[in-house]
Amino acid sequence: MSDALHNFWLILSKPDNVPIVLMMILVIFYCWLAFKQARRNDRLGVFEATQADKVQVWPYLVKIEFLVTIIVLIVLTVWAITINAPLEEAANPTLTPNPSKAPWYFLGLQEMLVYFDPWIAGVMLPTFIIVGLILVPYIDPNPKGNGYYTFKERPFAISTFAIGFLILWVLLIILGTFMRGPGWYYFWPWEYWDTHRVVALTNIDLWEKIFGIPSKNVDGSFNLIQVALGGALIIGWLALLPMWIWKKYKEKSSVLKQMGALKFGMTAVLFLMMAGLPIKMFLRLAFNIKYIWVFGVGHDLFFNI
Amino acid sequence: MEKNKTLGRLFTSRVWRSVFRHGLPISNRARAESVFYNFFLHVHPVKVRKRSLKITYTWALGGLTAGLFIILTLTGALLMLYYRPSVSEAYADMKDLQFVVSSGLFLRNMHRWSAHAMVAVAFLHMLRVFYTGSYKPPKEFNWVVGVILLVLTILLSYTGYLLPWDQLAFWGISVGTNMARAVPFGIGDKMSYLLLGGNIVGENALVRFYVLHCFILPIATMVLMGVHFWRVRKDGGV
Ligand code: HEM
Repeated sequence: MSDALHNFWLILSKPDNVPIVLMMILVIFYCWLAFKQARRNDRLGVFEATQADKVQVWPYLVKIEFLVTIIVLIVLTVWAITINAPLEEAANPTLTPNPSKAPWYFLGLQEMLVYFDPWIAGVMLPTFIIVGLILVPYIDPNPKGNGYYTFKERPFAISTFAIGFLILWVLLIILGTFMRGPGWYYFWPWEYWDTHRVVALTNIDLWEKIFGIPSKNVDGSFNLIQVALGGALIIGWLALLPMWIWKKYKEKSSVLKQMGALKFGMTAVLFLMMAGLPIKMFLRLAFNIKYIWVFGVGHDLFFNI
Repeated sequence: MEKNKTLGRLFTSRVWRSVFRHGLPISNRARAESVFYNFFLHVHPVKVRKRSLKITYTWALGGLTAGLFIILTLTGALLMLYYRPSVSEAYADMKDLQFVVSSGLFLRNMHRWSAHAMVAVAFLHMLRVFYTGSYKPPKEFNWVVGVILLVLTILLSYTGYLLPWDQLAFWGISVGTNMARAVPFGIGDKMSYLLLGGNIVGENALVRFYVLHCFILPIATMVLMGVHFWRVRKDGGV
């Protein structure tokens, strides 16, 4: 027991991990407060946006800025006095630490390296995240809920963003920081990080697991049945599914009508990509599925998804 | 009483009035003037909506991000006095900062924790803007500016991560740049070559990260922050 606590404390109290613990608490606290306000607004139906009355910046805003500045300076001073920034051994290109981790805000992406090829996890995903974020105001068709906390008026937008933020960003950072030890193996936070741990895990590609169809032939070329099946699954998920939803609901749903095909298509593809990540993680962790689709063009372009 | 008279004389003196053109902020007019005659307060309008002053609405998160950036600029400038971006000196300079320079340890701690805090607070600010739907018309473009600021914030933090030149720095950056290298058609190799000034994280990479961290990215961030604040006002305020 005391060993477990000790290990737990070791990892929590690493100086660079302190902000993560702090942020975890802040995020949860903030989301709770936001939802509390949203619930109140939704119940009362009086939205703060209607309060258009103005007050003078001096002193009302300047006072708040002054107070906030002082509080921040105090917090940072106490933090900087009590916890020292880490400084490890001098850089040594010949000695790779195990595990080597990127800074905390990239650990979600580093975790994705487990499930996807590096260029997909490290380049394509971040590109889609940034593009997706930029598109948010242009694809959200809902004019309501501007300027106050609400859930009822925009349930889809709020849930999607909250889940994306809390699960795909915060949770993956926690996982990557506290539970990925040597060899990027999974360790419980109270487990000792044994650098010699070897886990006999064989991950199998999806179609081999289901039908016994290998991803590559004996001569190293791609197995075409697998390429077709995997491609059908991915294209079906990202293209046919949105098209089918559009066909089926464009007359019935006023939201879809208002969005139009282009906005709906972009929203659907981004949403399904996001939803695909936890599905792939689940397939790997629960069934040791390595890839769903193994495909490449030429010597350079590979889609191991 | 006596003291007030002296102060009164100070506040009406020519020198004082040359610095602050307005009278004491005791009338609404003088309060308004305190804002628009003052360079630093001039980012604000004279009046703001009551809603935007409610702490439970914005949590002051955008302002906090900007405040942390100022702290980082000041502590960063001081750190630059003691730090040389070369493989043979960098780590030793860090050790000096920790053990030799007066308050060097405090300075470094302050810089590092503010940097972590800025990344976290910028993300929280984005979450609040989303929850309150504040990206909706006419504020769409300011959200875009915000996303770019978020990317810049992360890049600032990431380029600074290499500078101590310890194991944490070296391998943290190696993990990241190796991901970039995986872009197909040789583009990834070119990109990482451009960023590192070579094929490995070495002397050239350190200098490049230093210039990005201390010059290019802060300037870009400052310019975009200016645009961001300006747009907050032009889009009708918070
Ligand atoms: C370096 C990073 C950033 C700084 C210094 C910054 C600063 C600010 C400040 C001071 C405000 C005024 C209201 C408030 O404090 O909440 C604001 C508003 C705003 N920010 Fe940011 N911000 C940053 C990043 C972002 C990001 C990442 C986003 C979104 C992706 C964003 C989107 C917005 C929008 C849309 C507003 C208008 C909000 C409203 O009118 O209610 N900003 N920002």
